[in-house]
Amino acid sequence: MHGKVFGLIYTGESSMQLRDLTYSRSVAAVPFAGRYRCIDFVLSSLVNTGIYNVGIIAQKNYHSLMDHLGSGKEWELHRKKDGLFILPPFVTRENTGIYKGTLDALRSVLGYIRRSSQRYVIMTGSHTVFNTTFHAMIEQHIETCADITIMYNDVPVGHNDDQFDELRMDLREDGRVQDLQLNPYRPTSCHSSCDVFMMEKNLLEYLVEEGVSHGYTDFIRDVLLRKVNTLKLYGWRYDGYIGCLSSIDSYFTHNMNCLKQEVRRDLFNTEHPIYTKVKDEVPARYLPGAKVTNSLVADGCVIEGEVDSCILFRGVRIAKGTRVSNCLVLQGCDIQENCELDHVIFDKGCTVHSGRRLAGYDSFPVIIRKGSSI
Amino acid sequence: MIKKKVVAMLLAGGQGSRLSVLTNRMAKPAVPFGGRYRIIDFPLSNCVNSDIDTVGVLTQYEPMELNAYIGTGQAWDLDRNSGGVFVLPPYVSGSHGEWYSGTANAIYQNIAFIDRYDPEYVLILSGDHIYKMDYSKMLHEHEVNHADATIAVRSVPMEEAHRFGIMNTDAEGNIIEFEEKPQHPKSNKASMGIYIFTWPVLRQYLMADASDAASENDFGKNIIPKMLKAGCRMHAYEFNDYWKDVGTVQSLWEANMDLLSDPPLLDLSSEVDHNKEWRIYSKSPIMPPHYVGKNASITNALVTEGCEVLGTVCHSILFAGCTIEEGAMVTDCVLMPGAHVKKDAVIHKSIIGENCVIGEGAVVGDDRQEVDGEYDTHLTGDITLIASGTEIADHCRVPVGMIVNTGIYSRNKEA
Repeated sequence: MHGKVFGLIYTGESSMQLRDLTYSRSVAAVPFAGRYRCIDFVLSSLVNTGIYNVGIIAQKNYHSLMDHLGSGKEWELHRKKDGLFILPPFVTRENTGIYKGTLDALRSVLGYIRRSSQRYVIMTGSHTVFNTTFHAMIEQHIETCADITIMYNDVPVGHNDDQFDELRMDLREDGRVQDLQLNPYRPTSCHSSCDVFMMEKNLLEYLVEEGVSHGYTDFIRDVLLRKVNTLKLYGWRYDGYIGCLSSIDSYFTHNMNCLKQEVRRDLFNTEHPIYTKVKDEVPARYLPGAKVTNSLVADGCVIEGEVDSCILFRGVRIAKGTRVSNCLVLQGCDIQENCELDHVIFDKGCTVHSGRRLAGYDSFPVIIRKGSSI
Repeated sequence: MIKKKVVAMLLAGGQGSRLSVLTNRMAKPAVPFGGRYRIIDFPLSNCVNSDIDTVGVLTQYEPMELNAYIGTGQAWDLDRNSGGVFVLPPYVSGSHGEWYSGTANAIYQNIAFIDRYDPEYVLILSGDHIYKMDYSKMLHEHEVNHADATIAVRSVPMEEAHRFGIMNTDAEGNIIEFEEKPQHPKSNKASMGIYIFTWPVLRQYLMADASDAASENDFGKNIIPKMLKAGCRMHAYEFNDYWKDVGTVQSLWEANMDLLSDPPLLDLSSEVDHNKEWRIYSKSPIMPPHYVGKNASITNALVTEGCEVLGTVCHSILFAGCTIEEGAMVTDCVLMPGAHVKKDAVIHKSIIGENCVIGEGAVVGDDRQEVDGEYDTHLTGDITLIASGTEIADHCRVPVGMIVNTGIYSRNKEA
């Protein structure tokens, strides 16, 4: 069955809300949970479903993303037949290189879509983290004879996780979509789209061609919303943990949630692991005097100080006499002696010199740009 | 076939009987080491870091685990179009076939493999040593000296010299005499089991050795003495950085603990050795970062991916996917991948094999006298050894130095 599906991941989401974290990278390449990038989750979910033809639509700041994905070998996507296709923007007579929206991006990769030999496509965004396989979704899609199946999860009705482009859906009892609302001011439905759509490739081609000919630019706003009644849209409910990294606040919260065992069990389900670029770091080293509690620690860390309720990414150093709590410390940061740090997000490669103090608040973590020296 | 300057041949066929139950189901080079490595990662990574891209791994004993681990060689960047890593088991040719009868015989049986690359030199390595070494420097010396053979040696304490193969050299480092485990050693330069031979010369000696019925087909016992006798140019290459033979339970445990000393005797993260990055590569376990619990305490330890530590860990090494439940206490231990230590269990100075389960309140490495057991500690000393896949039942006590073989252990149960 999975041999009939290819994957298409759009990585051009607006990332303004993530502030300095997306200064030099796309949302897809934002580091998550100690050793991953955001895109690892959806990419691994596709691969663990047995989907081995995956196109990744790159838009801006995609250097970091390409560096991370490489040939795709960590996801077993370095293949003779199909494999990983990174689809960067390009300039032609009808292209400006900058996509006006998802539909515009899809139009520019129509060549790849046409060439793919699979009958179905699973199209996703890149700013949500979850770990699943799509077998059940594919099965439901075929059984219900749906035109498009949309993966969703249930959230509190009034809740709006300051997401950009949040799509809420009203469902009939049989799962068919009755109404779609984009960024509803007062949501009436608890079903929130996870930005994963399954359909036949032919339908996608048709919708893109038809939409473009009407001058539309966005797939959800201009195509889906208008076609709620003409297309058979179905919802497929996902009950596992899902994190939408759409703002600094949600980035901080979803990272910190990984300190909870039930979240880890779900996101890092050993039956379908999350793959990522392998760095061959040495095991984390706890020196005499280290005091670490309630934290996630990646390989390559060297810890001599105190760490509480933190996520330490790969190769972080915490020196003697330093106390770090409620922080996200990204890869390769060097925290020197006698610092006091609380509720801070350090992007990659920051240096904090001896004796510095920094504190944010749980609803407003301080964020330090990549490579800063304090 | 593209010609290679040097081909490395890694002798990985050893049974490793002194590692006791650790080598029940795997060859010695596949034994886990240092938190996320296996012994063979060290010579393989040294090869890659020394720009040697063609490696033959000679296996014979329990090769399954090793074969599966090496795979295509991708973990070491040894998946190459030309060259790469090859697992070379003994094989039958025509009506004739035999096991590798000795180290030299293993190379002799693979002459055809080496000839494919038409190399100038062959590097012989063994799969039971932990060290970081730049073979290209040794090769350079071999070339400068126009040697027929270069043997890596290290200075050992004189009183221990009788345990090694000792090279007696002249002032220029030329080997003039070789003594295997001499009663009265004349020098303290011990052979490390790392040889570089000029291939056409070695090839000749291997052919001659194969037709010598009296020979044990061993490099140390036969080939090297014969070459010396015939007046070959043989040179000693001194190497005095960290190097450890991990052929015994005791030395395997010690080598692991050497990673924990301050500063570590062997620094795996060091990138300045040999003035270039010297990373030891290994196959990734593909697990999330490890979690340290609210009441956990970890000091002086190496911990890697996939672990969940809720109890106390001191002066120990945890491999991928180990679980230490609340109240459990682990000191001076090596816990191999997937070991699970349940609530309130206490483990002291032990090597715990892969996927072992230590039951609630169990004690491993119990040094109290009254704990029974007729068992043999000549292999382990005061280190307690639990074989892979063993389950220690709740509240049971395993006395110091005991070897527990696979199965369920339910002796010495405490009320």
